[in-house]
Amino acid sequence: MGERIAFKEMAAFRPVTPGYALMPFRFARLPGRQEVLLTNEVGEFAFVADADLRALVAGTLDRGAPAYDELASRHFLAEGNPGAVTRMLAAKYRTRKSALRGGPALHLFVTSLRCDHSCAYCQVSRQSPDKSRYDMSPATARAAVDRMFEVASPALTVEFQGGEPLLAFDRIRQVTDLVLERNQAEKRDVSFVVTSTLHQLDAGMLAFFRQHGFKLSTSLDGPAWLHDANRPTPGRDGHARTLAGIALAREWLGDAQVAALTTLTRRSLDHPEAIVDHYVENSFRSVFLRPLSPYGFAVRAERRIGYGTADFLAFYRRAFAHILRLNREGTRIDEAYAAILLTHILSPFPTGYVDLRSPAGAGLGVLVYNYDGSVYASDEGRMLAEMGDTTFRLGSVHQPWQELAGSDAMATILGAGVAEALPGCADCAFLPYCGADPVHALATQGDPVGHRPTSAHCAKHTGIFQMLFDYLADGDPGTMRTFLSWVTHQDRDSLAGGAC
Amino acid sequence: MLPLHTHGIVAAPVPALLKVLGIAEALSGAYPPGKVAVDLRDGPEVDATALGAAGFAGIVTDGPVERHAVPVHVHSLRDGAVVAPGDVVRVRPGTGMVSNLFRRGANANTLFATERCNSRCLMCSQPPRDDNDGWRVREMLELVPLLDRDLPWLGMSGGEPTLLGDGLREVIGAVATHLPSTGLHILTNGRTFADPGALRWAAPGVGRTVWAVPLYSDVSWRHDHVVQAEGGFDQAVQGIYNLAEAGHRVEIRMVLHALTVPRLKPFAEFVWRNMPFVDHVALMGLEPMGYAKVNRDQLWLDPLDYASDLVDAAFHLHDRGIRTSIYNVPLCVLPRAAWPLAQQSISDWKNTFAPACGGCDVRGRCCGFFASAGEGWRSRGIKPVNGGHHGG
Ligand code: SF4
Ligand code: SF4
Repeated sequence: MGERIAFKEMAAFRPVTPGYALMPFRFARLPGRQEVLLTNEVGEFAFVADADLRALVAGTLDRGAPAYDELASRHFLAEGNPGAVTRMLAAKYRTRKSALRGGPALHLFVTSLRCDHSCAYCQVSRQSPDKSRYDMSPATARAAVDRMFEVASPALTVEFQGGEPLLAFDRIRQVTDLVLERNQAEKRDVSFVVTSTLHQLDAGMLAFFRQHGFKLSTSLDGPAWLHDANRPTPGRDGHARTLAGIALAREWLGDAQVAALTTLTRRSLDHPEAIVDHYVENSFRSVFLRPLSPYGFAVRAERRIGYGTADFLAFYRRAFAHILRLNREGTRIDEAYAAILLTHILSPFPTGYVDLRSPAGAGLGVLVYNYDGSVYASDEGRMLAEMGDTTFRLGSVHQPWQELAGSDAMATILGAGVAEALPGCADCAFLPYCGADPVHALATQGDPVGHRPTSAHCAKHTGIFQMLFDYLADGDPGTMRTFLSWVTHQDRDSLAGGAC
Repeated sequence: MLPLHTHGIVAAPVPALLKVLGIAEALSGAYPPGKVAVDLRDGPEVDATALGAAGFAGIVTDGPVERHAVPVHVHSLRDGAVVAPGDVVRVRPGTGMVSNLFRRGANANTLFATERCNSRCLMCSQPPRDDNDGWRVREMLELVPLLDRDLPWLGMSGGEPTLLGDGLREVIGAVATHLPSTGLHILTNGRTFADPGALRWAAPGVGRTVWAVPLYSDVSWRHDHVVQAEGGFDQAVQGIYNLAEAGHRVEIRMVLHALTVPRLKPFAEFVWRNMPFVDHVALMGLEPMGYAKVNRDQLWLDPLDYASDLVDAAFHLHDRGIRTSIYNVPLCVLPRAAWPLAQQSISDWKNTFAPACGGCDVRGRCCGFFASAGEGWRSRGIKPVNGGHHGG
């Protein structure tokens, strides 16, 4: 046995005079709830009694109070030497913002603008047989691939978009070959995605996609009556052909390689359960409920198909409750957007999602190479340009990335794309999970900074965050288990614990 | 339980550290003959004179032999099983003491780095001493080249190994040189690594070492109280980050007792939020030795009363992809769902079972108890597990 020593009480390891330093945090009161939501700069959260919040900021929170340990644990306060707490906060901050490190990882190639659909909300596509006018030229494709490899990101996702990119499959093949050729020396972690109606899929394309591990992403708005009303095709069989395309793609590539997302029109809003059920019936494990975007034809068709954020949120809450019910009953299905937001809330990690980040994903997480050789900061920036506003055009594929990164467009994004510095967002408790969208702000409010109280982007996110935190505050074990299964990408039943 | 020491007749000029090998392995040349004692017990007849000529350092025999030409002759061991081929032993001519430093095939082999420590944990099972034990570095440097080269893992404990400073670097370097495929598992309180300069002592271990750092709370003062060191938490956290940033693997170790269990669940969330990069989290029952006995009143908590918190915390980490294990908690107090996380961990020579365990179906998978544990350290929940109906 070692030396005899006099062990000290716990009090000996705390400052003689009670006291603590406050670490950066924000708070929000949720409608209809007593407790106050606190979130810190790195996305940890706590619910505390109003009196505890007041004591906390007054510097008088009792060190014996249960809330004291909770808030210290999550780094809302630091007792004594704050060195380690600061270090941990810094590490968490760096992790959260780590997507910035390598620059844009998502590269959209708009290989053709041609399309055979005439969707009511479509922003940009053209029904034209004129290949030379609306397809990306080989020289443009080559320059675009060069630009992509100038970016430092170790992981690169090449996404083909249109129009209907399969109408110009030879471009997809050309770009893929160019990328793979360059990558022999570059050795990046490259993956490929095609966003398509899947109507033109044939065995030759599928063999190519399988060979190169492509993922396919398609649009499925719901049951046939809804889908076909939203997405008219000359044969009026769009829905049937999409399902046939999905089946074919799954057969060749595997279920996990095929994803679908919705676009919600006013007609959709009355049928949340039917839309979700349609996804379940078709063996999808994820449904992405996307409101209309305020671009292109969508703006022109606003009166016929549009709706307000409140209507969307009412729809979303209903759909969400339905999804939770299905999960509890043993069906594995997530809402893709909520899964992204919950990952921001419940994990220390960022997601690959580029449309909700601070600094904004536009230009920093994604680059768009348009068929005509223009480079845009985001797909929305490209659509805005189709409407005549080229604010987010960085330049041409023939300019080096350095020059594109130094463009006025990027300066605009950097000036208005850091949510931490935007009026409204700067004080918002949801900020750590939310993001800045200067493109949306310019499109809808005429100014990239935007005005939060009247912003649809903000109203939508405030509504969704309030709903999610309401569920988190309730803490129903079944719901928490479902959330955790979404965040960790595991089967609900394979989770042993399940609390969040 | 095999003892670590025995006595016999040791004929040798000076104390020696020797690798004991059967004749075939000795002749294979894997180890320098000058460090090898050939075990001639139950072997074929061998001319011991020839072994001397071949340069072997010694022989181990059942009894005296007429002629041999080796410097060291060990025989007439009181407990012959203490020494077996593959082992490394220290033999002392004066006292005739033979100590086993490495046992081939044991479930854990550990280098004991030092008795010194800069903390004084309330439950320390091996209370530190401030002796000058610099000789231990020399012994480890002599021992490492004699260890089995196919050893998957080698442990190091103390005391606090980082207090060896450059000596630690030398020992890790020796492991890297002589045992290139062996992983090192080093118990450290991590505090030394709060100074990035100390990382140079760990440098030769990058890629082969897991640093097992205890963290006893999510808030500084509770941890500092347990380790009886002001600033201990801050230093451990800084150390963990410094190690991880230098490319080392880190394991977090939590000991379960009355001062740590109350914050076990927030602790799990704390690890997930702040150090999701860790290799492994070990949640361990209290070992009733050393200071733990002195501080029993402050520390003792029946595992039955913490099992549910423990399982919640373990699954909180496990579900989030952090490898998590439970050690030193008998299976019968754990719900069956948690059994896959429970390790049969207590070293061969330390574990024992209660009378009740006699009729238990899962005894073969259970950690049992520390041999040192008296009745007062046993959960009231101990009851044999039979059939498929148990579960918490
Ligand atoms: S957009 Fe709205 S919800 Fe999002 S951070 Fe800004 S103020 Fe908060
Ligand atoms: S009865 Fe004994 S062997 Fe069986 S689980 Fe309990 S402690 Fe282990």
